[in-house]
Amino acid sequence: MTTTTAVPVAAPQQATEVSGIAASDPVRLSARGVHLAYDQRTVVHGVDLEIPPGRVTVIVGANGCGKSTLLRALARVLRPSRGRVELDGEDLQRLRPKDVAAVLGLLPQQPLAPEGITVADLVGRGRHPHQGAFRRWSAADTEAVSRALALTDLHDLAARRVEELSGGQRQRVWLAMMLAQDPRIMLLDEPTTYLDIAHQVDLLDLLADLNETSGTTVVMVLHELNLAARYADHLVVMHEGRVLREGAPADVLDAECVQAAFGLRASVVPDPVTGAPMVVPAGRRRGRVA
Amino acid sequence: MSAVLESPGTPPPAPGPEGPGAAPSATGRRGVLAVLVLLALLALTTLASLMWGARDIAPGEVWAALWSPVDGDNDHLVVRDLRVPRTLIGLVGGAALGVAGALMQGVTRNPIADPGLLGINSGASLAVIVAISGLGVGSVGGYLWFAFLGAAVAAVVVYGAASMGWEGVTPVKLALVGAAFTATATSIITVVLLTDQRTLGEYRFWQVGSLANRPLDVLVTVLPFVAAGLALSFAAGRVLNALALGDDVARGLGQDVARGRLLVVAAVVLLCGSAVSMAGPIAFVGLVVPHLARVVVGPDYRWIVVLSMLLGPLLLLVADVAGRLVARPGEVEAGLVVAVIGAPVLLAIVRRAKGVAS
Repeated sequence: MTTTTAVPVAAPQQATEVSGIAASDPVRLSARGVHLAYDQRTVVHGVDLEIPPGRVTVIVGANGCGKSTLLRALARVLRPSRGRVELDGEDLQRLRPKDVAAVLGLLPQQPLAPEGITVADLVGRGRHPHQGAFRRWSAADTEAVSRALALTDLHDLAARRVEELSGGQRQRVWLAMMLAQDPRIMLLDEPTTYLDIAHQVDLLDLLADLNETSGTTVVMVLHELNLAARYADHLVVMHEGRVLREGAPADVLDAECVQAAFGLRASVVPDPVTGAPMVVPAGRRRGRVA
Repeated sequence: MSAVLESPGTPPPAPGPEGPGAAPSATGRRGVLAVLVLLALLALTTLASLMWGARDIAPGEVWAALWSPVDGDNDHLVVRDLRVPRTLIGLVGGAALGVAGALMQGVTRNPIADPGLLGINSGASLAVIVAISGLGVGSVGGYLWFAFLGAAVAAVVVYGAASMGWEGVTPVKLALVGAAFTATATSIITVVLLTDQRTLGEYRFWQVGSLANRPLDVLVTVLPFVAAGLALSFAAGRVLNALALGDDVARGLGQDVARGRLLVVAAVVLLCGSAVSMAGPIAFVGLVVPHLARVVVGPDYRWIVVLSMLLGPLLLLVADVAGRLVARPGEVEAGLVVAVIGAPVLLAIVRRAKGVAS
């Protein structure tokens, strides 16, 4: 059953008022000639990318194509070896980490939950960039946490320990932590990994709702092509450290693209539910199924 | 629906007073209560430390010794010259060790980390050996600066080596380099001790970790370092709360990870270096105390630091007093008693944690 993430629709306006940034100011995130390297090994070779503000961008590609690496650079976690990531035209690396964190939220692949932490406490840690050594917990913090819990339907679990929760609930807790951070752009690295199909759809529905109601820009890396095509406004296909194609899923995702990006023969047909492109792998053994 | 249901065997929701959304203040209430209780216990233990020893002195006499001492009164002399210094050193050293342990476990994300992991204790020990054997230094006051220097050099070497490579300092590299340094220093120490009987004799008493026979000057000398370390550790709590979620999450929350780690390690060096210099390498306080604090206030490092600051001296003083009582009129060094008291406490915590984490 997939009704666990019913999102109260009351909150959208509040979401932007608290941070003091009007919803009408889109924050632009872009990569300009970005090269990324781990040690000596270059993984991303000169990527130019404009993230459409207020929309859902999904980055896909084969394992090792550099998509997660690119996302980490967009989040300021990784410093480009060449080129730069810009936030509203300014070099991300030159901005103060705290100022970046007030605008950009990141949910990495494997976040760590401290042992024994409660849901409310973990969500509260999303307020880190809004606090300082001398500025402690405030009414605005309490309100942001409460709103994040409501948006993710976690209010009833607020006092529970995170380690007691199921995988789907836990992922919603991390999402709530990022919502409490109150960012204008949310970056998520494979948020649906380890979730079953129902919870994957749940989580993506929730993200789509948040994007629609509060205008928060969403950028995520996904493995599942069909879910990517269904939820993306803007699809970015990467291959060997470069952007292979980008645009609306219907324009980008065809058999040729899948072949080039993944080396996989496939038919692309319209998704019977949404009409988005749907990838049906040919595989080597289809004769047996037919 | 299956994933929303709890798996069988999962314990029911944590009891505790937290209401939905109100958890930060609930932790705060528990923290404040714990601080008050610990302050009361600490006051009692301090009194016990002044009263009990090779011979017992009544509370009234202790009071008189402190505020209106009579010249030539033997009891007053014992209180003022022996028990007050060791009690103060226990209080300050215990606070330093407790907080240093909490910071170390936080920065390495390793629940069995203690300040010794950075190589601080072995660095201090090595320097003291050099001082005794090579330079003929023969007093606790003389060891002090060597111990401090050794601790600082060890921390710089270990941190420097661990920060090589493109990803900078990581908890795993810190632990590995610290272990390697400790092993090297320990083998050098062993070689010196095996070949030099006189040094062995003097070093033994320093190395076992004791609060007795340390002059008050020692405390006065290290006090500024302890104060600086404690001040840094208040800022460190917030940093550790972010680091606990993983490096990437911390960065996403706007925490400068490299700078944060450096701040925490600097505090550890100041605190642990001071404690080792005063009382020798007392193990176990830094390991047990943060776990006790966590049992009381949960995983919020801002509170763990505060409680460790009170639990550390409590544990060390109780150990010291117990050590005086079990072998009267002689005594057992606090460094040894701490391990005897601490081990069962740690076992109890581990058992409890297992039940909770399922």
